[in-house]
Order: sequence, then structure tokens, then C-alpha cells
Amino acid sequence: MHELAVAQALIEQVEGVIRQHHAERASRIRVRIGPLAGVVPELLASAFPLAAAGSRMAHAALDLVDAPITVRCQTCGAESEAAINRLVCAACGDWHTQIVSGDELLLESVELETTSALAPNSSSLAPKHV
Amino acid sequence: MCDTCGCNLTPGNRHLAFKPVAPGTTAVSVLKGLLAKNDDQAAHNREHFDRRGILAVNLMSSPGSGKTALLEATLAALKDEFGCAVIEGDLETENDAERIRALGVTAHQIVTGTACHLDAHLVHDALHHMNLDGVDLLFIENVGNLVCPASFDLGQHLNVTLLSVTEGDDKPAKYPVMFRAADAMLLTKTDLLAVLDDFDPDKAEAHLRQLANPAPVLRLSARRNLGMDAWLAWLRAELAAQRARVKTGRTRRPAIQPDGAQLHRATA
Repeated sequence: MHELAVAQALIEQVEGVIRQHHAERASRIRVRIGPLAGVVPELLASAFPLAAAGSRMAHAALDLVDAPITVRCQTCGAESEAAINRLVCAACGDWHTQIVSGDELLLESVELETTSALAPNSSSLAPKHV
Repeated sequence: MCDTCGCNLTPGNRHLAFKPVAPGTTAVSVLKGLLAKNDDQAAHNREHFDRRGILAVNLMSSPGSGKTALLEATLAALKDEFGCAVIEGDLETENDAERIRALGVTAHQIVTGTACHLDAHLVHDALHHMNLDGVDLLFIENVGNLVCPASFDLGQHLNVTLLSVTEGDDKPAKYPVMFRAADAMLLTKTDLLAVLDDFDPDKAEAHLRQLANPAPVLRLSARRNLGMDAWLAWLRAELAAQRARVKTGRTRRPAIQPDGAQLHRATA
């Protein structure tokens, strides 16, 4: 439902990374989404091209990486995988657990194209070697 | 032709531009939450509340589960004891804010248009339209929606999620992201339990525990004034806790901000 807003936030962050590294554009964007983040990967994938149109990542590949739900039991200390609506310990069945992973919505990495990739010798933006 | 928007690319040269080539490509590891901008604004809002000693409570539920009715009954009981103010979020109309103002309590209506949730920036803008002098308790009534509001920090200290007994008692299992975020779950309209044979409050509570959520479950009817004392006592205790935190320079983020985030940072 709010995946377009998430896509816009993603684009703003990637734009910041492009600027920070003086790159031309982004070619690959990797985002990690846990089931408990409340974001549907398929919807984010379809919202991304709309939000990215005309930006410096308009042609970037968007890799959405699943994160399994893992909980740590506060009673027996075991770490186990869990279902989205059953976050109990798989070892002892107790519900006093903490989420270890599965709720993240993270921009993990970005592949950037620097000027030389597009125009190795001719670009005025390429660093000069003296 | 330009070098910024990609309009100089044709199907013929695209593979040169966008296939990562080792010398011209850099992979940057970022590991930043996508909602970082919202979270920064939320932290700013929270600082604002803490400076003034305000306890901010975010009310979430599906449409029609009785958020505004609960607020009316709560404000009627507490408005002489504490300074109260309300931010209302709806897609359209000033109706809810007008219901609150009729009680003599400050209310600001956020009309979201088509947006299905409030975010920290909308709340920040609303705060600029409100006089918070003397306010102890700020209620934020989120857009009626059991999905999106759970993912956006507004700067509140506590999330309260309502589940009316005319809904299914398995709602926490169906909407785990929302109910996992609750610092308290209120079962509302309990006066109707007598005529409903398919809602079991104990089952609703069991479903909440399956989400590893230890939040208190309070059963009440705002209209019939049943169970309201426990809810008001909870609010008073939370306001006292907030005042104690403010004195020692601490704050509290609602359950929505997972401990998991700390673990990611530690392993990143």
C-alpha cells in the first residue's frame, strides 16, 4: 500500500550515494526486506520504475533480497526460524522471544558507474592524471 | 543529450553503459534503513515532546473499531486532570477533529487525501499548527488501517492498537506487523460480546502472545463506560513513567522499533 513512498525514499537515498561518490549513475541496487517490515517485495519492484523514471537510477537493476525471520528465545536462549504470525521459540515453545532478523528494510549496497565506464577517454568529468 | 538522466542511451549502447564493468563500477555497501528520513524526523518530533514533558500516544486500528469514541470518553475523563491535545488523521473530512473540539480539547485534523497512513513529516507539520503549552498528553489518531501505519514512526512514545469485538479474534495473526507494534491492545465494544458468539477475548490475547508481544490487553467499552478505569490507570502510569524519563534525560521508542535494528548494526 505504501510501497511507492518506500520507493521514493529508496531513490532519495541512492541519489545521495551517487552524489557522495561522484558517480554518474547507479546500475544495481540491493535492498533487504524482512517479512515483518510491512513491505511487499513484488509491489516495491513494480513501484520502483515509476519512482525512478528520469532519475540517475532509471535503468538500474533492483535486487530484492529476502530475510528469514529468526528469533532468539529469552527463556532458553535458542535461536530459531519462525513464521510471521508465530514468533515463538521452536526449541521450547515459549513466546518470550526477540527478533534477530526478519523486520529489516535496508538499502544494502549500490553498484555505481563512474564516468570512465561510459566514456573512458573523452569525458571532461574524468579525473586528470598529471 | 545529457549525462545525467540517461536520455543519451539507446538500445544499441545500453549494454555498455549498464553492464557493470570492473574499472568503471564501484559497489558501495550502504546498510541504511529505507525509512531513515522518516525516522530522523520522528526522532526530532520525539525530542520536541520530551522537551515539553509530553507523552505522545499513537492510536491504530481498522476503520470503525472505535478510536474516536475511545478518545471522546478518555478526554471527558482526563481533560480536567491533564492538558490534552489530539491530532486526527483521515483521508477526508474534519469530522473527527470537530468531535474532539466539541469537548473543548485542542484538535488538529490531518487530511491525507489518498495516503493510507500518517508519517513523521505530516505530524511535524501538524505540530506547527498547534499550541502545545500546558499539554501533558498528546493522542495521535492514525488513519484507520491495519497495515501501513505500523511501519512509520511518528515520534510517539507508545502505540495503542484497538481491536473491536465485531472483528475476528484472529486479527493479530492476520495482521502480525501491526499487532507486533502494539504497546497495549484494547479490545473495544465489549458490551457487544453478549450478542456475539464468535469472538473469544482469550483467543485474541493468545494470538497476540504468539507474536512474542507481552503488551497488556485491556477490555473495554467506551460507549457503556465498561473497563475504562484500567485504561485510564494505564495512561496515568505511562505519563508518570514519561515524566520520570524526561527528568533523567531518557526517552522511549514504541515497540515498532525492533531490538533487531541494534543487532543489525552490531553485525554490519
